[in-house]
Amino acid sequence: MIQYTIQRVALALGIVFVAISALYGVMIALPGDPTSVLLGPRATPEMRALFREQMGLDDPLVMQILNFWGRVLSGDLGTDFFRNRPVATAVMSALPHTVALVFGAIFWSATLGILLGAFSADRRNSLLDRVTGVISVAFIAAPSFVVALYSLLLFAVTLRWFPSIGAGEPGDLLSRIQHLVLPSLAIGLAWVGYVARIVRASMLEAMGESYIRTARAFGLPRRRVVYNYALRVAILPAVQVLGVGIGGMLSSAVFAEIVFSRPGIGTLIYTSVSDRNYPVVMGAMLVAIGFFVTCALIADLINAALDPRHRKTQ
Amino acid sequence: MSSFRHTLIGRLTRDPLAVMAIVIIAALVVMAVFADLIAPYDYTAMHMTDRFAAPSAEFWLGTDNLGRDTFSRLLQGGRIALTVGLTAVIISGLIGLVLGMIAGFGPRWLDNALLFFFDTLRAYPTIILALALAALMPRGLTTVIVVVVITSFAEYGRVVRTQTLSLKHSEFILAERAMGASFGRIVFHHILPNVLGPFFILAAMNLPVVITIEAGMSFLGVGVPPGTPSWGSTLKDGFDHIRQTPWLILAGGLPLILVTLGFTFLGEALRDQLDPKLRSGR
Repeated sequence: MIQYTIQRVALALGIVFVAISALYGVMIALPGDPTSVLLGPRATPEMRALFREQMGLDDPLVMQILNFWGRVLSGDLGTDFFRNRPVATAVMSALPHTVALVFGAIFWSATLGILLGAFSADRRNSLLDRVTGVISVAFIAAPSFVVALYSLLLFAVTLRWFPSIGAGEPGDLLSRIQHLVLPSLAIGLAWVGYVARIVRASMLEAMGESYIRTARAFGLPRRRVVYNYALRVAILPAVQVLGVGIGGMLSSAVFAEIVFSRPGIGTLIYTSVSDRNYPVVMGAMLVAIGFFVTCALIADLINAALDPRHRKTQ
Repeated sequence: MSSFRHTLIGRLTRDPLAVMAIVIIAALVVMAVFADLIAPYDYTAMHMTDRFAAPSAEFWLGTDNLGRDTFSRLLQGGRIALTVGLTAVIISGLIGLVLGMIAGFGPRWLDNALLFFFDTLRAYPTIILALALAALMPRGLTTVIVVVVITSFAEYGRVVRTQTLSLKHSEFILAERAMGASFGRIVFHHILPNVLGPFFILAAMNLPVVITIEAGMSFLGVGVPPGTPSWGSTLKDGFDHIRQTPWLILAGGLPLILVTLGFTFLGEALRDQLDPKLRSGR
């Protein structure tokens, strides 16, 4: 397990390093003169020359990338030239909103998905099971930004059950949660379908195992066997799917944040891209990719710890 | 081969979900292809007295903020969606197919290098990468296609690689080798046909994802050029005027939902037929 952990962590670090370096390389190599992009059209040649020197833009590409990592490792993500603040500040104030959103989505998909899945596994082949099956696929198929727009229209604009804009008052937990309900549901809905199907399939598999039959033979109530024993085994694959799914959820979060005008990494990248504010784009991408790779790694390690068979499947 | 196809289509027509999927997809394709004939209005024509109209006999799905007929615009949007979707899926599928087979057949180090490459590409959250790249490239359909190809060929590569690896060590390939079959014969006559099953399932499931990415990018203003009637642009117009009319959002989301439903159901049905081991527990 220790060897496996070291392997996976090294691989994850490698992926983040290469993914970000490639992106950084493309960013500084592609768009003509970065000084005119970053300083705007009104910059004087002297300002440009100074900026070039400060940023090390005359160094070879590899050196620039290594320097970038040197700064990142010492906690410096660069400077937001538009608002004159460190990129790290901008990113770190946006990150908690996005993390809350993603975990809200995981909450929806885990609770609703496990309920639906366990329910249909318990009553397999009943009409309800079939209906749930179709609903799960329909959930998977619904594009998250359409769900976000529809729920904004229905629950916020028409019915006015939930607020439509922002992330809530700072310090007021209830208002924060109220603002979180719709956007996290919009992201989580597709995963409700996935989780339901996976839980159902693995529960049905578990219910065929001999230890479940033994438990039944010992006279344990059926309900308890199904919901305690079989369900416990079935949750593992769901964890795996959600861990890998965080990448997709981050993409959906961009839409949810824009549709519901929430602050967050998605909104930050979106506005920085429209402003051509590359240092912020880079910093936010670094954090988004790092967050995704870390979550996938944790899900992978949890699975490997709980199920040794998983360690060999590479 | 032809009898196999017959049985596959025969079996698909007995699956109600597959029939529904095929009907939806066929209807959308027909509407996109014959958009000019079906559309009641020119999709750029503005009816300034009828802005934000609700659905009526005159405007079947209502009108937008410039009084343009939503139904006619959605029909044109179907063309864009299909063009982008098919082009991107074919390009990324081919790249993935080639790289995946190279990884499966090549030496160990090359396999590991390609796997690492695939994993790195999959570490980018799609829409976020799309935003970052779109900032560097001119706005237009080519950019959309490039972004989609970059973010999706790794998935094909991984599936093809796994399939190739497991086939490479199977007995019938060993037997072919022992009989002195050439490398080309093994690859094109034995491996390729067996890889194509899962490959097409993935392509069917991937197409609606690609169409959604195009709509999403256009919604965010980094997709099609302004004025182009992509489904995403219609949704964006609806979002900007959500308090004037709900119909733009309602109508604009409908084709996206139908397309994803159709292709997801088709992919499910194909998987059930082509790969009984992966059956969704039905």
